Amino acid sequence: MKHVIYRNLTSKILRFGFIILLTFSTSLLAQDGDPKNGKSLFNANCASCHKLDKKMTGPALRNVEARLAEDEGLDRAWIASWIKNSAAMIAAGDPYAVKIWDEYKPTAMTAFPQLSDQDISDILAYTAEPKPEPIVVDGPDTSDQSGGGDSASNKLILAALALLFGLLAMALVLVNNTLKRFAKEKGIDIPEEEKRTPIWKAFVQNQFLVLVTSIVLLLASGYFVYGYLMQVGVDQGYEPVQPIHYSHRIHAGDNKIDCKYCHSSARVSKHSGIPSLNVCMNCHKSIGEVAPETLAEGKEYGVDYNAEIQKLYKAVGWDEATQKYTGETSPVKWIRIHNLPDFAYFNHSQHVSVAGIECQTCHGPVEEMEIMYQYSPLTMGWCINCHRETNVKVKDNEYYTKIHEQLSKKYGVEQLTAAQMGGLECGKCHY
Amino acid sequence: MKTTLKITVVLVMLLSIVSCNKKSRRNYQYMPNMYQSVGYEAYQESDAFKNGKEGQLPVEGTIPRGYTLYEIEDTNDGYEYAKANLESPLDTTTVDYDRGKELYDIYCTICHGNKGAGNGYLGEGNRELILPGSYAVKELTAGSIYHVIYYGKNSMGSYANFMSEEERWQVVAYVEKLKAELEK
Repeated sequence: MKHVIYRNLTSKILRFGFIILLTFSTSLLAQDGDPKNGKSLFNANCASCHKLDKKMTGPALRNVEARLAEDEGLDRAWIASWIKNSAAMIAAGDPYAVKIWDEYKPTAMTAFPQLSDQDISDILAYTAEPKPEPIVVDGPDTSDQSGGGDSASNKLILAALALLFGLLAMALVLVNNTLKRFAKEKGIDIPEEEKRTPIWKAFVQNQFLVLVTSIVLLLASGYFVYGYLMQVGVDQGYEPVQPIHYSHRIHAGDNKIDCKYCHSSARVSKHSGIPSLNVCMNCHKSIGEVAPETLAEGKEYGVDYNAEIQKLYKAVGWDEATQKYTGETSPVKWIRIHNLPDFAYFNHSQHVSVAGIECQTCHGPVEEMEIMYQYSPLTMGWCINCHRETNVKVKDNEYYTKIHEQLSKKYGVEQLTAAQMGGLECGKCHY
Repeated sequence: MKTTLKITVVLVMLLSIVSCNKKSRRNYQYMPNMYQSVGYEAYQESDAFKNGKEGQLPVEGTIPRGYTLYEIEDTNDGYEYAKANLESPLDTTTVDYDRGKELYDIYCTICHGNKGAGNGYLGEGNRELILPGSYAVKELTAGSIYHVIYYGKNSMGSYANFMSEEERWQVVAYVEKLKAELEK
């Protein structure tokens, strides 16, 4: 067989041309790697443990190549072999490799034999990019100030108006008095009004009117007293101040975290539990600061989100500098908002898992709440109403198949409501 | 003069009633002893225990009913051991990808992405908050996935308290399926 050298000539030339094109199209910063490709490689492979400017599971990597070359005299070949198989280097006793291992153990860096030298130089080119200037959030800040200015100027205008009207009223009274004095001095008699029976005397004398008014008053006061008594024990709108300002708006709304991520016990138990702090730390291990835009949003509510994250770190005993738990924890005393009286039984899993009801049906637009509050009245009438209107979810539920068939025949309906399934029986909730 | 005095008194009283109606305070209850449980409620404070909480961890060395021990340790060796030896108890008759997907969408999607490509909502666009990397570039076995769900790894925390043992294995099965689809 004959060896053909230039068999793939066209494709080779094309590829070569492409590389040249890339070399010239990349920015001047890129010496021999493509930082753009490096960024996507970095995000896919490295970012789960490394940040550019902050220590995470592994060290910060900004300018790692230059730093290593300056401080340790290590070249790219060392970095490449570390990336491809760090464990072997540690085992071989490379002094700096052992030093890194001692600092970060027991976490060992995953080996990346699949990364080519080109990939590694791309990634290093990305890490060598200068740190972007911190984004100064002018927009929300200035709008905030102008918003404050707006309300301030509104108040100023209102105050000026009030002052003006006050002055006018005073002027009128003064004018009236002076006119009267003038009249007196000139000797003009001001015709005095005839004395009439005062209106309240006339009212008392008219017994029919008194009767009607007292009945109306009684009815009205009865209405208001009834209204007041009916809301005793109802905590709709209850909005306590929590020990750590937790914004459902950011977590469930902006970040689209599923409710059941944090309140996982709602799927399987009576309670929809308050998440323990390890649940927070699943994300906040990596997120120690909010974005500047989010911080600006917090100003509108008078909250410093970064300080709230620090409160979490303090409670859970997380040391950001060493990225380790200190073991000094203190419980967070969250204040319970939704609370049914002891004589009513309610089970979350029955509603969430079996009936498949959205959390928002009862808890309202939680994803818009900056501060959590009780949306529903949680009264018995409210429960019953929903049971009357909601159809039982029988799909994929063998437990209900037979009873649903029999009962729907009995009631002559196609779909049973929760009430027809026994959702109004006293003993279902009160026992 | 008298009437103005009366009016101010009434106004002050009304104001004080209105200002008492604060949203940060609970309403009055008719019969608190029927509202408040005699038995301990979840998360209640209690003097019965040393740390002042009603919620207690199981006594050391005991296993709650329905739980099984997971004896592989949370170390690098344990991880390698699980990766090599641990196998899913689920077989083709018990594996339920629908439930696996349901659970995966609740607990994993937010970081790993709904296809497992490592582009969850928290890492999407220019947010880049959490970037776990694609399943395609990771070496995964059923055992290693289960081990990592159980103990967490690097930035990922433990998800053992979110799901039961069976649910964790369903998620493992679904993750394996996602990885296979990514590698296609």
